[in-house]
Amino acid sequence: MADEIKMVNVKVNGIPVSVPEGTTILDAAHKAGVKIPTLCFLRDTNEVGDCRICLVESTKARGLVAACMYPLAASDEGAEIKTNSAKVLDSRRKTLQLILSTHDRKCLSCVRSGKCELQKLCNELGVEDEKLYEGFRPEYEKDTSAVHMVRDNNKCVLCRRCVGACEKVQGIAVIGPNNRGFASCIGSAFDMGLADTSCIHCGQCIVACPTGALYEKDDTYKVEEAIADPDKFVVVQPAPSVRATLGEEFGMPIGTDVEGKLATALRALGFDKVFDTDFAADLTIVEEATELVERVKNGGVLPMITSCSPGWVKFCETYYPEQIAHLSSCKSPQQMFGATVKTYYAQKMGIDPAKIVCVGVMPCTAKKFEVTRDQSAVPGVPDVDISITTRELARMIKRNDIDFAALPDGEFDDPLGESTGAAVIFGATGGVMEAALRTAVEVITGEELKAVDFTEVRGMQGIKEATYNVGGLEVKVAVASSLSNARIIMDQIKAGTSPYTFIEIMACPGGCINGGGQPLVDSEVRNFVDVRGLRAKALYDNDAAKTLRKSHENPSIKKVYEEFFGEFGSHKAHEILHTHYVKRSING
Amino acid sequence: MATNKSTVPFKGTEEQKQKLLQVISELKDERGALMPILQKAQDIYGYLPIEVQTMISDETGIPLEKIYGVVTFYAQFSLYPKGKYAISVCLGTACYVKGSGDIYNKLCEKLGIEGGQCTPDGKFSLDACRCIGACGLAPVMTINGEVYGKLTVDKLDEILAKYE
Repeated sequence: MADEIKMVNVKVNGIPVSVPEGTTILDAAHKAGVKIPTLCFLRDTNEVGDCRICLVESTKARGLVAACMYPLAASDEGAEIKTNSAKVLDSRRKTLQLILSTHDRKCLSCVRSGKCELQKLCNELGVEDEKLYEGFRPEYEKDTSAVHMVRDNNKCVLCRRCVGACEKVQGIAVIGPNNRGFASCIGSAFDMGLADTSCIHCGQCIVACPTGALYEKDDTYKVEEAIADPDKFVVVQPAPSVRATLGEEFGMPIGTDVEGKLATALRALGFDKVFDTDFAADLTIVEEATELVERVKNGGVLPMITSCSPGWVKFCETYYPEQIAHLSSCKSPQQMFGATVKTYYAQKMGIDPAKIVCVGVMPCTAKKFEVTRDQSAVPGVPDVDISITTRELARMIKRNDIDFAALPDGEFDDPLGESTGAAVIFGATGGVMEAALRTAVEVITGEELKAVDFTEVRGMQGIKEATYNVGGLEVKVAVASSLSNARIIMDQIKAGTSPYTFIEIMACPGGCINGGGQPLVDSEVRNFVDVRGLRAKALYDNDAAKTLRKSHENPSIKKVYEEFFGEFGSHKAHEILHTHYVKRSING
Repeated sequence: MATNKSTVPFKGTEEQKQKLLQVISELKDERGALMPILQKAQDIYGYLPIEVQTMISDETGIPLEKIYGVVTFYAQFSLYPKGKYAISVCLGTACYVKGSGDIYNKLCEKLGIEGGQCTPDGKFSLDACRCIGACGLAPVMTINGEVYGKLTVDKLDEILAKYE
């Protein structure tokens, strides 16, 4: 029999609250409706209590204690906790002043201004541009070596949230604290640039950072240059998950589906054609399901693993190079889209592929790396020219005088803008698996699939498993998100004990809706709200509302195969839509 | 990005490598094995350059950055070898007020290295130390144990020339 959960009764700022033993003061206060400020604390990512912003007073503790790390025990029964006494506020101000004394305080042009957690705290506590502790301030060279992001340690507050994201969530640890004392800084081994490490470009460090120390490389000016060039034909493709998150940048609630406004905004920005990566997600499914069926029938390498997530692909190449044969040879939707535009569409419209500029709007910073991979369908012409994140698109919309919230709903252009419900769920963990199953089951059984909801593979758990009976064949599948979870799956494969036929892996926890290029969410929200679940719900609702929910039923997909590729998985489709992988090593 | 790799070419031998691999295989399954492995590695090589840390990373599966973070946290570990001539400048109170800080800075400038490092030709390494008990001669430095006292910046060229 399980032990009875013991409750502890305390008062937070006079409000009585009863919580199970082991609950932190931070969570007890939250339950009492008291919001204690935090800076370094990011639930499940960084729980170290090193910033000292959340200090509170308790009648049962000596001195001030860190609310985020103080577990309430039986000995705290009856404690009177004060989170806003003069002593506490004075301590918080001093901590902020000390942080500011080594902080590059150029806020106006900072990429995080207005969304910076440090700035917000200073503002709330009335801490100004402090000269009180002014003295030597270390100066750091910006690390601009990586293709996808910049590290500016002059803005770093040493909270270690990025380190937690890299080490704990992703199990990579290419960044960490170096040196000690005043010389402490976050960086890579031997102060190497991030580009020289085995970073997989996921950008989870960026969305973990409370300040402007980490940010994506801004490629918006390249997009604007292309749009302004009359010789270029500029097409855009937003990824499935972008419609579930972009609204947050314009003050809409988390989980608002802004698909229609997204199409209108892209048109207003001046793109020649506003297509949709969702079309290519359907394309990916028909190719990937065909590949899976072939591997099962012909004794190919199993389990087969999805290859949509470029962070995951690079992780596999680097950390499990002997297992790359398990990766589906399908390009990701972004790349399939570019390849189709520069071959099929260019031919159909009589446009020189070299004059087409294909822009991806992605939830992802690793997509900036993906576009540089050697895999283009037309020699010398990249499949996708520029890949920008959801945040960069929001920046473009804002500076182009577009009132996003007031926009009417628009539609994507034909033919590469048509998609099914199977495509839109790509943005959440389990979505690619579900979409692939909807098609694979019909292909294998040859019968119409009535129940299209594979709910077993939905949800935000790190690893999900399910077994389906497909035409008498037992198919065991797994879905993993975050690379520390991917490692568990991969170690099984390495050991030869993997029971699965098909596996979906996404680099970011929760999938693309929580990608490194998505809108930043303040830790005070992230610590208490299921952001991923809300964003994923927007995609599943979008799918449920669609008439066509299986990729192979997309009329435009049928047309593209009739006019150009031939059959699913044809030789031509392989040449254009599939790719190869390279073995990499961890320490160069 | 300026990296913190040693500019002195790595001259590790096969024998040293075998010793290190032996140490790692003995310790790697223990909890908290990294510290003793690093201590023994420094005993074997005299310092912990990227080549040695990479070997430890490859063998233990501990990410290179985590190893580097530990090495740079503890003063007992060095990223650079000692030179043929190891210079040590006293930055203790007496020497410091007599201007040893200037001596130290001038040596950094002349040798083109920072404290703790070694010149690329492996000849000179430079370290700061605390009081060596020769305050009457302040400011002082030692080169391979030889003491030079009542130093001025102008005397440095002449002293270094002895070791050319």
